[in-house]
Amino acid sequence: MPNVILRAENVYKKYGKLEVLKGISFQVKQGETTVIIGPSGTGKSTLLTCINQLTPPDKGHIWLEDTEITNPNTDINIIRSSIGMVFQHFNLFTHLSVLDNVRIGLLVVKKTPMKEATEISMGKLNEVGLGDKIDAYPAELSGGQQQRVSIARALAMNPKLILFDEPTSALDPELIGEVLNVMTKLAEIGMTMVVVSHEMGFARAVANDIIFMEKGVIVEEGKPDKMFNDSENPRTREFLHKITELYGGKTE
Amino acid sequence: MSFLMLALDIMPKLLEGAIVTIELTIIAIMIGIFIGIPVAMGRVYGNKPVYAICTFFVEIIRGTPLLTQLFILYFGLPSIGIMLSPFMAAMIGLGINSAAYQAEYFRGAIQSVKKEQLIAAYSIGMNQMQAIRHIILPQMFRLVIPSWSNELIYLLKYSSMAYMIQAPEIMSQGRLIASRNFRTFEVFIIVALIYLVLVSILSKILDMVENKFRIPGL
Ligand SMILES: Nc1ncnc2c1ncn2[C@@H]1O[C@H](COP(=O)(O)OP(=O)(O)OP(=O)(O)O)[C@@H](O)[C@H]1O
Ligand SMILES: [Mg+2]
Repeated sequence: MPNVILRAENVYKKYGKLEVLKGISFQVKQGETTVIIGPSGTGKSTLLTCINQLTPPDKGHIWLEDTEITNPNTDINIIRSSIGMVFQHFNLFTHLSVLDNVRIGLLVVKKTPMKEATEISMGKLNEVGLGDKIDAYPAELSGGQQQRVSIARALAMNPKLILFDEPTSALDPELIGEVLNVMTKLAEIGMTMVVVSHEMGFARAVANDIIFMEKGVIVEEGKPDKMFNDSENPRTREFLHKITELYGGKTE
Repeated sequence: MSFLMLALDIMPKLLEGAIVTIELTIIAIMIGIFIGIPVAMGRVYGNKPVYAICTFFVEIIRGTPLLTQLFILYFGLPSIGIMLSPFMAAMIGLGINSAAYQAEYFRGAIQSVKKEQLIAAYSIGMNQMQAIRHIILPQMFRLVIPSWSNELIYLLKYSSMAYMIQAPEIMSQGRLIASRNFRTFEVFIIVALIYLVLVSILSKILDMVENKFRIPGL
């Protein structure tokens, strides 16, 4: 049995009066990919930011391996440096070159010596196919390239887990493939990932687990095969049907 | 004496004054940066008391005329036993005045750094100090350059107020010369031309600075 990397138990989050997460529990094992789907405004992004405490939950517990993230005594910066995050709009540091975007976490957070940090960063940039763009600035890159830089930035920190929040939904259709390919490769080499995405082709092919969330609760969770072919819940079926029509569900 | 002869004749004295003007401007802008940035940070990130103190400072300075501030420093302070030379008083007065304005420019620039930048910094494990130092401040500097350039040019011109407390800058020199040769009109035309040249050179330098720090692609 692979060990559990991420475990969330009964996570609640309110914004003022609006209850966004109403008791979310799930876990992700080492080397597995969990894809979270659900309608807009359901709390998917909020769940991801609860995991790395960018928006601390009101109630509930979250563990990264044996460390309780939600324990107030846990050094959250250390936790965050071992949980990568990839954003819908990339959020690259606009004033830094590609290389510096990837390297800065190593230099500033991990205090890695310059030479080693550069080597690691170059390695990750090569992995995402951008070894020839190290001197470019984010604004000079296409969306797909920017997103791959942001994946390299996450990888450079040698994370135990990477969170992806709709990594391809801000991209032109012809650029989605290059990002999904990188993510698929990561899954193959055993990276643990939690991915909010409506790319059903990717979910079918790569996910170990699919979670369908609606209105702040997990409606259904299961293997792609079960979710797509005989889900128990009519809402799941309805949503998957709609989303597959919208985004296409072919397995590449 | 022709205008040209007059110009040549009084130029050495005026240039002496121009050098004092430049010195005052540079020192004041430096004082302004060193006070202005912390004040701006206090207004954005500070807790209640820090915010209150920084806001109070900015409001007081921006709410009163520069000339009044200079008079308080030069003519007022001696009554509580603090004597400043005209140059010192002008330097401190212009510096503090500029600090309040610069604080507002820096604050605006800090606040226009996109919040996604900060979220990304936190998400790779930076603490607040690291994020401010490595992400917010470098972006702030680039954003602030245009309004900061204006401030520098204003400061160069407003330093003429120091004439009112006898600091030996270019206006004082002009006044002195005019009171001797009575050619007030020509003398101050020449003074104006010198200011014009200084402002043009400064603008050129600032354009170069802005270009040097421009982020490629943006
Ligand atoms: N900082 C915030 N303050 C107040 N309300 C918020 C905040 N962030 C999100 N919300 C609200 O919480 C709810 C859940 O938002 P969230 O972004 O987590 O949904 P989502 O499932 O990611 O949706 P989408 O698919 O549109 O990205 C929404 O109603 C949203 O308006
Ligand atoms: Mg979202």
